[in-house]
Amino acid sequence: MTRSSPNSPDWPAAIFRVLKAGRTRQVAYVPDAGHSHLIRSAIADPDIEDVVLTTEEEGVALACGAWLGGQRAVLLMQSSGVGNCINMFSLLQAADFPFFALVTMRGEYAEFNPWQGPMGKATRGALELMGIQVLRVSRPEDVEDVVRAGFDAAFDAGGKVAVLLGQNLVGRKEWEREQ
Amino acid sequence: MSKTSTGETKAVRGVGRREFVSKLLSRVPEALVVSGLGSPTYDVFAAGDRETNYYLWGAMGGAAPLGLGLALAQPDRSVVVVTGDGEQLMGIGSLGTIAVKQPRNLTIVVLDNGHYGETGMQRSHAGLGSDLVAVARGFGIADAFAVDTLAGHEEVARRIAARDGVAFARILVNADEVPRALPPRDGPFIKNRFRSALGLSPF
Repeated sequence: MTRSSPNSPDWPAAIFRVLKAGRTRQVAYVPDAGHSHLIRSAIADPDIEDVVLTTEEEGVALACGAWLGGQRAVLLMQSSGVGNCINMFSLLQAADFPFFALVTMRGEYAEFNPWQGPMGKATRGALELMGIQVLRVSRPEDVEDVVRAGFDAAFDAGGKVAVLLGQNLVGRKEWEREQ
Repeated sequence: MSKTSTGETKAVRGVGRREFVSKLLSRVPEALVVSGLGSPTYDVFAAGDRETNYYLWGAMGGAAPLGLGLALAQPDRSVVVVTGDGEQLMGIGSLGTIAVKQPRNLTIVVLDNGHYGETGMQRSHAGLGSDLVAVARGFGIADAFAVDTLAGHEEVARRIAARDGVAFARILVNADEVPRALPPRDGPFIKNRFRSALGLSPF
């Protein structure tokens, strides 16, 4: 299944430009349609270790290990994955690690699957409860600037930041395969 | 499977955890060490505090993936994760994540007493039949093996030093409770101390 993004073919490439300009060396992810372009770009880049996770909280710990070793890691996940991370976020606060995540949203806009609703509606609150600053972007033309702002806040100022990529940006999931 | 009356039966076999960890780490003085919360953190500290020890006091399930991120960032250094069966079980999927990456410089050492020592010695899945070596192999870590003697630390140390393939060692330790040895628990301090030892500055 894929998601359509008819009006915004360029924003995933804009995100990757920010990650590369910021010397990101590890990209951890749980497979996600909304992040598919970024994931492909990370896999194709010889200077980036792409790390596929079984569950998102591994990526929180991995990012802290990368920082301990002198590298910048970015975590890509869907809003449901934020829920999986909650206790592991303690590590960010307890040791004051920089942290940057990109979260594709579900359950908030033209959602077909009601099972995505509870976590999607709680995503911002859950992040903020755990001390993570939340930025949000809904328009393709804003993506590069907002992602760069969050990235810099994390790695230049030691912040813990998540950028939510709105479901209206990511596009509707296509449930019917074209014949 | 029937339940035993107490659910807190102690293992009667296995090596002493403190002695094993002490001998192991003395053989790999250059290794970067990540310890899982609870007893393994105390064991690593009791073996001798090092600036290149990263002690976890929480983040249960995070020791192995943290070690992976570190190993990928420092490919020319040996990285060893020393954790317990309960901590590894909470992050068991990370063995699959590690297997996919096959970091040549990462060794996972699980001190398996079959129990959750920090919370009163309740039995873990590893104490109730799960075989962590088989689990690691099943995830794709081919060099997974069990050690049940003190002398076995040589075999583990050799792999740590060699950096020629990811390895998983299940150490059968006895369930004797040993005195707590408490390392610093100031997270920013141990983080910055570790990075400084690698020549890295704060952000």
